[in-house]
Amino acid sequence: MMAKQVTIDAKGMHYTPLNQQIRKAVEDGADEVVVQNVLGQRFIGDGLRGNATIHVYGVAGGDLAMFMSGPTVIVHGNAEHAPGNTMDSGKVVIHGSAGDAVAHSMRGGKVFVRGNIGYRGGIHMKQYEAQRPILVVGGSARTFLGEYMAGGLLVVLGLDGAMDARGIGSGIHGGEIIIRGNVDDACLAAGAKKVPLTDEDRKRIAPVIREFAGDFGLDPEPLLNADYTRIVPASARPFAGKYTWE
Amino acid sequence: MCGIFGVMDKRRRMMDGSGIRQALSIMNERGSGEGAGYAAYGIYPDYRDCYALHVFLDNACESKAVVDATLEQWGTIEHDEAIPTYDQPNFRAACTPWRYFFRPDPSLAPGSATPEKDIITTLVMQINACQNGAEIVSSGKNVGVFKAGGAGSRPETVADFYRIEDYEGYIWLAHNRYATASPGKWERPDPFNLHDWSVVENGKITTYGTNRRYIESFGYTCSNSTDSEVITCLIDLLVRRHGLDIDLAIRALAPPYWDEIDRMPESKQKLNRALRFAYGPATMNGPFTVVAANPDMMVGFTDRGKLRPMVVGECADRLYISSEEAAIRAMEPKVESITMPAAGEPVIGRVAP
Repeated sequence: MMAKQVTIDAKGMHYTPLNQQIRKAVEDGADEVVVQNVLGQRFIGDGLRGNATIHVYGVAGGDLAMFMSGPTVIVHGNAEHAPGNTMDSGKVVIHGSAGDAVAHSMRGGKVFVRGNIGYRGGIHMKQYEAQRPILVVGGSARTFLGEYMAGGLLVVLGLDGAMDARGIGSGIHGGEIIIRGNVDDACLAAGAKKVPLTDEDRKRIAPVIREFAGDFGLDPEPLLNADYTRIVPASARPFAGKYTWE
Repeated sequence: MCGIFGVMDKRRRMMDGSGIRQALSIMNERGSGEGAGYAAYGIYPDYRDCYALHVFLDNACESKAVVDATLEQWGTIEHDEAIPTYDQPNFRAACTPWRYFFRPDPSLAPGSATPEKDIITTLVMQINACQNGAEIVSSGKNVGVFKAGGAGSRPETVADFYRIEDYEGYIWLAHNRYATASPGKWERPDPFNLHDWSVVENGKITTYGTNRRYIESFGYTCSNSTDSEVITCLIDLLVRRHGLDIDLAIRALAPPYWDEIDRMPESKQKLNRALRFAYGPATMNGPFTVVAANPDMMVGFTDRGKLRPMVVGECADRLYISSEEAAIRAMEPKVESITMPAAGEPVIGRVAP
């Protein structure tokens, strides 16, 4: 059976009817929804279920794929703030760059960004049992990366030059941040600590890096063998005693 | 949250207001539909040497008489007229917008290096501080602010009310207000202007009280209860009266953290420490992105913790600063570069001399 494809022209359209059309197309059994001429429309793919693929051409607006559970959203362009906000499962692939608070409170699935991300990437990502969100950034990330991170995996590959981020892992109390190359101690926030990347860690992230490289047509080998810095919480309760007393 | 937008043509090529109307409209979601405004430089070439005063009058009789009398004491009114407006559905004008083209008499500010601007500053503060039914909302040469607040003041409605597409400027600022702290009066929404400088802000300065007390100690009167009023006065004080370059002024308002200063080379450390000590009470804290302009430049900067977005676009001679990339692409689909500058890193675009 041929895959069913639906094309929507978003030019000049408000996000409400746009999202209604995407939702209807998926409910009617579309495997692939192609949305053309997107210009900042918010909430694309929010709360969407199933396993359709949504292609977004243009600049995706804020909170792309929020609460999404299952589908794949591929953005052929940049995305504004917080793509993957509280996403449950599925995948977001952004061929350009994204704004602040990427993967905000994400609880499962994958967000892959080929370019750079803004401030507070991976803020409050979390995990529970089998639910383990993954954010991979091809370019660089900005200050407060992994802020209040409670779980999941955050990888920054720095493909386009070194990262200039401070306050990494500010308030981190779960999960891990893995950055290609060395990270200066001064760039780490209180409550975050560097640990060596073990062979076991490397084996664990290898499939993620292969998948990322595959999505963007990159050669995975140099990335698999590169040096990485792994950043984890110094304790499960970094601020015990700061706001409460034992 | 609020949506802000600025565009400048480095060669002073004129843009009518339709482009920025469209750009702001893309960011409708960033406002609550209860306040919007536009500022434009270069719109009054026939009166380029006069200070253009845009005034919101309660009525064109008693309130106007107060403004007339005050201006005549301080200089000459070359021309004055109602600002043309056009009724919009579900939108009620709460005042009569008027404009004056005014020449202050510099001999009335003896000993001042910038007598005309001192007079304009005094006049604006004096008229705006009194309950006289008149509020001066812009007061610079060849510049004007068009804004409205309260129910129905959506970006497009305000643009159409003033028909901003009928004006041509080489710098435009725009603001779409998400009202939080102060009531929706007509003079409240950004842009705020004081002669040369216009300011739009997205954010909330938590140091408003400290900053306001500081600026009022230099003789400014803040009667508008808005961040942008204080920011405008701070920039005017630091740049015009203290003679700081704009990049130093911005560094004083949004300085690096102490631990960042500690890691700078010695000479930079010295400069940054001196700025922080000298201008401690001018330091703005809290979440903000500010776009400001004067006749020669447009600048943008964010708080050092980067709690508000700022996207910069460039295309030939045009510089764009916006809350969202989509707004830039709405006005300039072929934009050549899109960047997101680091927190506290100012974007400064200057008009070619």
